[in-house]
Amino acid sequence: MITKEATVIVPAPVDDIPEPPRPHKKQRRAWDEAPRWQIYLPLGIYLVFTLIPFYWILLFALRPAGSTSLVPWPMTFDHFEKVWTERAFGTYFENSILVGVATLLMTTLVALAGGYALARFDFKVKRAFMLALLCSQFVPGALLLVPLFQIFAQLQMINSLGAVIIAETVFQLPLSMILISGFIKNVPYTLEEAAWVDGCNRFTAFRVVVLPLLRPGLIAVGSFAFVHSWNHFLFALMFLSDQGKQTIPVGLNTLMSADSVDLGALAAGGIIAAVPVVIVFAFIQKWLITGFSAGAVKG
Amino acid sequence: MAQAAAVAKPPAPPRRRRASATPRRLPYLLIAPAALLMLGFIAYPVISVFYYSLQHFNPTKPWRNGFAGFENFTHAFTDDPQFWDTLVFSGKWVVVEVGLQLMFGLALALIVNQTFVGRSIGRALVFSPWAVSGVLTSAIWVLLYNSQTGITRYLADMGIGTYGTSWLSDTSTVFPAAIVADLWRGVPFFAILILADLQSVSKDLYEAAEVDGASRLKQFWHITLPHLKDAIVLSTLLRAVWEFNNVDLLYTLTGGGPAGETTTLPLYIANTSVDAHNFGYASALTTVAFVILLFFSIVYLRLSKFGGENK
Repeated sequence: MITKEATVIVPAPVDDIPEPPRPHKKQRRAWDEAPRWQIYLPLGIYLVFTLIPFYWILLFALRPAGSTSLVPWPMTFDHFEKVWTERAFGTYFENSILVGVATLLMTTLVALAGGYALARFDFKVKRAFMLALLCSQFVPGALLLVPLFQIFAQLQMINSLGAVIIAETVFQLPLSMILISGFIKNVPYTLEEAAWVDGCNRFTAFRVVVLPLLRPGLIAVGSFAFVHSWNHFLFALMFLSDQGKQTIPVGLNTLMSADSVDLGALAAGGIIAAVPVVIVFAFIQKWLITGFSAGAVKG
Repeated sequence: MAQAAAVAKPPAPPRRRRASATPRRLPYLLIAPAALLMLGFIAYPVISVFYYSLQHFNPTKPWRNGFAGFENFTHAFTDDPQFWDTLVFSGKWVVVEVGLQLMFGLALALIVNQTFVGRSIGRALVFSPWAVSGVLTSAIWVLLYNSQTGITRYLADMGIGTYGTSWLSDTSTVFPAAIVADLWRGVPFFAILILADLQSVSKDLYEAAEVDGASRLKQFWHITLPHLKDAIVLSTLLRAVWEFNNVDLLYTLTGGGPAGETTTLPLYIANTSVDAHNFGYASALTTVAFVILLFFSIVYLRLSKFGGENK
């Protein structure tokens, strides 16, 4: 629960949030008309602040070691090669993918089952369970490292990716379940009932009628689970001691805490760390917007 | 949602739930995996933290282990200046970080909510650091702050500052340096949430205000801000908790240093337990952190009106 951006229902880096339809098109009104410089000047300054760090890491990753040029030219991919093979980022990458995908699947499945129960049934412990979900968002994984370590030690899971997958899943679950139950509540119950009348059992009705409608929401929740476990650092650092088992963020930290930091390798490693996240967001952006606008439902 | 309409076509029959379709155990079966995971890996660890907070427990000094009563707590509050230092630093970190993030995030959201040429690309770029992880943020800013080839070198080339300045290892500059690094990825969070909420302000209100001759500043003060109030309060609260707990960035960027200057309470706890193996004392400190978080979560639950619509 350390990289806890997910505590909040965050719409993706949206490039255009659809505006509510206007009744009819009129000319721009004065309230719409801030003087142009009041927009472009602060926006430009802020963009410089946002983009320089990105440029900086690209620059270091692409220019030869020892160069002080401010443009990445002559361009070299040596740093990438070095970090991928010598610094074992190839292995870290595989491990991170494995952890990310497993976390995604486990979180989505478990949260789907629980979310369905919360959305469709009234049962005795429901309120208590909901309260536990909300409260557990305030329990930081960082503060539970020691007891978690002891539990995994007892389960003989230290140094196994399984420990990280379980820990990531557990701390993703509460929010995912709240979101998914919101999505399910948005699907009219009568649809399911109609399917029962047509002879489906509850499970088939859910699979055929509800599941397709949940797709945007599930993609949103799943991709968050993936990105979070991809980015998350502390569990992997604590539960995996074997170098061959570690993940990308731990690899980055190792590069940073070396006595003399190899800046080119660090930059290249950072870009490798960023690529999957960028790809995930590029692919799923349209799903994220629909997913989270549908999910803007009180738990 | 065209799909929904298509599926909905067969006219829904009168509400008639078949008893066989809803066995009484089903909801319990469905929440069982989640409940078991959370019991085993959240609830049990929390309880064990409470238990150990009342114990002396240090695997490297087993002769002292045993019931401690409240000794760990009295030690923390009366005898451990480092605890106070880290607590104060945590507070300072959270207040400064969240305050600045909110301020810049609000301003940014208002700007990109305007209509202007290049808006969607502007939004995408401004929000882009949002998905960058704490460790990657550190990596980037380590490159920027590096004393040999970082920004300071080029500034010195231009005659600003001196060569070899390392902002991260100087006690007087490390705090602002870390703050700026975390702002870089924290501001988009607020900007995105506030922008989303801005979409639901009724334009009619502005038109009416316009007719009444209200200035843009007045419109902001009397229409926009009241509308955003709930979103601002909730996101500020959540962000505060998040910043309090966030260990990744400071751990990797400064390691809590130089000279413990940037050690937050959670970092101190991690050091106490992982490096010093003083689990009992670390558990007591964790309990203190929980009490602080509990306060925040109660406020949060009140504000989000938990269960308000439940019968």
